[in-house]
Amino acid sequence: MSNEKDQKIVFKLIGLTVLMSVFTFAMVPLYDLFCEITGINGKIVDQALYQESEIDKEREITVEFVTSIKRGMPWEFNTQTKKVVVHPGELNEVMFFARNKSGYAITGQAIPSVTPGKASLYLNKTECFCFDQQTLKAGETIDMPMRFYLDPDIPDDIHTITMYYALFNASPDNDSSVAQK
Amino acid sequence: MSLLRKVRSGVVLLAVLLSSSLMANPEYSIYNLRPGVTETSQEVFDLHMLVVYIMTVVTILVFGAMLYSIIRFRKSKHPVPAKFHHSTKLEIIWTVIPAIILIYLAVPAGKLLLKVEDTSYSDMTIKVTGSQWKWHYDYMDNDVSFYSSLSTPREQFEDYSRTGTEKGENYLLEVDNEVVLPIGKKVRILLTADDVIHSWWMPDFAVKMDAIPGLINETWTKIDKPGVYRGVCAELCGKDHGYMPIVVRAVSQDDFDKWVGQKHAEKAEADRLAAEAAAKSWSMEDLMADGEKVYMEKCAVCHQANGEGLATFPALKGSKVTTVDSPDDHARQVIFGKNAMPPFGDMLTDAEIAAVVTYTRNQWGNNTGQLVQPGRIKELKAGK
Amino acid sequence: MGSHKPTGISRWLFTTNHKDIGTMYLWFSFIMFLTGGAFALGIRLELFQPGLQFWDPNTFNSLTTMHGLIMVFGAVMPAFVGLANWLIPMQIGAPDMALPRMNNWSFWILPFAFGLLLSSFFLPGGAPNFGWTFYAPLSTKFGPPSTDFFIFGVHLMGISSIMGAINVIVTVFNMRAPGMTLMKMPMFVWTWVITAFLLIMVMPVLAGAVTMMLTDRHFGTSFFDAAGGGDPVMFQHIFWFFGHPEVYIMILPAFGIASHIIPTFSRKPLFGYSSMVYATASIAFLSFIVWAHHMFTVGMPVVGELYFMIATMIIAVPTGVKIFNWVATMWQGSLTFETPMLFALAFVILFTLGGVSGVMLAMTPVDKQYHDTYFVVAHFHYVLFPGAIFGTIAAVYYWLPKWVGNMYNETLGKVHFWLSIIFVNLTFFPMHFSGLAGMQRRVPDYNMMFEDFNRMSSIGALGLGLTQLLFFYIVVQCVRGGTGKATGEVWEGAEGLEFTHLPSPAPYHSFDEAPEVK
Repeated sequence: MSNEKDQKIVFKLIGLTVLMSVFTFAMVPLYDLFCEITGINGKIVDQALYQESEIDKEREITVEFVTSIKRGMPWEFNTQTKKVVVHPGELNEVMFFARNKSGYAITGQAIPSVTPGKASLYLNKTECFCFDQQTLKAGETIDMPMRFYLDPDIPDDIHTITMYYALFNASPDNDSSVAQK
Repeated sequence: MSLLRKVRSGVVLLAVLLSSSLMANPEYSIYNLRPGVTETSQEVFDLHMLVVYIMTVVTILVFGAMLYSIIRFRKSKHPVPAKFHHSTKLEIIWTVIPAIILIYLAVPAGKLLLKVEDTSYSDMTIKVTGSQWKWHYDYMDNDVSFYSSLSTPREQFEDYSRTGTEKGENYLLEVDNEVVLPIGKKVRILLTADDVIHSWWMPDFAVKMDAIPGLINETWTKIDKPGVYRGVCAELCGKDHGYMPIVVRAVSQDDFDKWVGQKHAEKAEADRLAAEAAAKSWSMEDLMADGEKVYMEKCAVCHQANGEGLATFPALKGSKVTTVDSPDDHARQVIFGKNAMPPFGDMLTDAEIAAVVTYTRNQWGNNTGQLVQPGRIKELKAGK
Repeated sequence: MGSHKPTGISRWLFTTNHKDIGTMYLWFSFIMFLTGGAFALGIRLELFQPGLQFWDPNTFNSLTTMHGLIMVFGAVMPAFVGLANWLIPMQIGAPDMALPRMNNWSFWILPFAFGLLLSSFFLPGGAPNFGWTFYAPLSTKFGPPSTDFFIFGVHLMGISSIMGAINVIVTVFNMRAPGMTLMKMPMFVWTWVITAFLLIMVMPVLAGAVTMMLTDRHFGTSFFDAAGGGDPVMFQHIFWFFGHPEVYIMILPAFGIASHIIPTFSRKPLFGYSSMVYATASIAFLSFIVWAHHMFTVGMPVVGELYFMIATMIIAVPTGVKIFNWVATMWQGSLTFETPMLFALAFVILFTLGGVSGVMLAMTPVDKQYHDTYFVVAHFHYVLFPGAIFGTIAAVYYWLPKWVGNMYNETLGKVHFWLSIIFVNLTFFPMHFSGLAGMQRRVPDYNMMFEDFNRMSSIGALGLGLTQLLFFYIVVQCVRGGTGKATGEVWEGAEGLEFTHLPSPAPYHSFDEAPEVK
């Protein structure tokens, strides 16, 4: 029953199916890009270079730091500063602290998130432990600096920014893909 | 004329919806959304009522036209049908009018949305962390933090013998540790989760926001009236999704400050007792007795009272962790959690963990004979 | 294609006849409908009173999940494909579907897909328990082992749907009788072509989503796991990018059905045919750009929430056009109320109620209260049960005499209708109230203040389920002779090639010679 005319449409439609499949997987990088442009979910993964700029002494913005430790991560992980008031344009440093409480070496990865999301567009980190994984030996302690500055263009309606870090166990032997053994 | 009756009963039902919302006690209606106790919840309620009224009118017009056709243009009354099948004018009218109504609704909705999403200038901040199946609250400015979970006893809801159980008034809407918040203060609420997505819903505040693992969200509320308000987790989060309520007690600032002081004192006292318990050496009988209590309260939810597990929740009876692994490894898993198993290090005292580890290693035929002392748990918690 | 009618089991296994395949799709869908209905009754049984009486919460979650999956993918979608198989060739004057062998495959994949899905009840850890929306990470990191069966099952039904959709499009584009221009096509064909395009565009998205789940679960990727740099919210975006068009896949063919039945029993042509076509197309287009209205509580930027609110509200305009057109079709007609017409009218009325609650749900600040409550459950059951399912039932009553050549028992049909309409409202209307009063979705237990509403729903659900057994009896009775022979026209003044050009029952091979359409 299939004739040439049918085949032409069938191929076109299969093409559309393939295109949509590709599009689905393309949604992953597109979504990341979209998040970066709009600041949804406040993921900041890129290191910024500090650019000297006018420090806006008039404006004060409260920056809060919140940490949490994910399951099966026997670390202590905290910030020494809970909250700082900063001026846009100035470079600030906050210290974080981590300690491996287990009896063996573990690799940790901190995942950042920021709220309000649009603040992440104006938040630049020149140094952050979240850029890399940290491996701590049993009982080892580490102090981790995090340096950031706020873009002076930050919109006027942002008064408080919360930077959140969730610490995950990133050791290769930590099987997180299966719920239970 | 039964179709007529049907439509009439539909109208009656809508009338019930309307009248109940008008006449019923505004604080409590089982037919309608509640106006709540914040400015935004009241505005949400007003917008809800506006859209209900408009949609009722639209529905009555459409149904009215249908009903009229059904009665007036039935074959017996109107044997010769008209022939028309098109009218550009009419079609434009019923494209434009709904559009106008929608714009009329979208404007206040948009304004209210901007207000609801504006978290700036808050007076205090709490962090809410959802985990299967309890909430953790962290008062960022007051150094108070605690877990809050369902306090309705299991006997009230587990009725598999189908004999019926006595249930309290706040069945499934009561918790062991209430969230206490001051009235008249703008409270910013930060939300995140430990495992899966949860959703913190407090109907009286018109606040519903997802708590998502690895991400932080924020919302806010400002409670006008003191009282006790009850909410629930709104996002399916696994087995006990229906059993993780939220209770907020709104009090005056003075009472709130008192409560914070009391919380600090309680914490100090609990630390002292825990240290005392940890310092002493426990007997097998004591550990087993305490362990059973802790197990039934915290562990039986997933691993079941008989230790045989359920669905994806592994059995502890005869399992590797409870019988082969060293007591230290076993205890570490309880303290720090693993995968879907939450960390109990912050939820249980050293003595409680020692007891429950000992219990699970010596119950249901797990006869390891090993007992763990609270002192060792303290060391493990500290990473020694 | 042989010219004789094969017999026995091989007729059904190897058939390439669109009528046979349509019949198989419809029976398969009915079996799935009863299966999904049984799960629904299991849910309603537990919810009859507060407390846990019958299922542990995990099994309850499996029941809600499987109810959703079976009803969406097993009952509603195959029912529409079955109707498409039966009707599209006859309505456009074609001898068969364009790709008959593919047609056979796309049906026979389904029993395997659903066998796989249902067998998961017997796996350790039980059936999927994360809701039909399978949000990550509940379905990835925390899903039971049967999740992999679910993933494979979804792949299979996706392939089946895509093949079915390709077949419909090729048939409609290439096999229309001479003279049948696009704007002369019957509405059912139009709505199905648009549905088929939706299927081809979104089923790959669903397949992609479950593939990502699979690799997240077993191959170390972290598309949806924040720990590895992924994002659980992205899952929801991908899912609803599929999910919202899916909602319209489940309703557009029912729009087409109503657009045939209402004119026939009003004895008056469909009002505003071309605006019906354009409205359907706009609804389909809009369905791609509104997905995040299912996600107003995930913490989107305000601008996003505003956009999705407004875009969603716009859908009410073309949907309203359709409803007004149906009412205008009835206006000054000459109406009779045979069973198909009754179901079509109930469809319009109750779908309107579902549409009205849809507008309420679109408004973001208020949706934050409605979201994930029984109000939402009421809303989508009003568009699905009286929408998709009443639409299908109406279609079966309307075309069954054409298919089998006999009339069904009109009295029993009317009894079926009245019981259905009473019980559907008894089941789903109270859910509006319990949702508004504060009862969240997907819970096995609730506070006593919701008890009355839940009792009503449970009683209604039992009645609704039993009533559908009557439907089964009516159909079987009709197939076996019914109340007499149907005429070729079946209904007084019925329009369409299947009524004007074919006898009843329609011959096994119809339109070997294409009819002339003026």
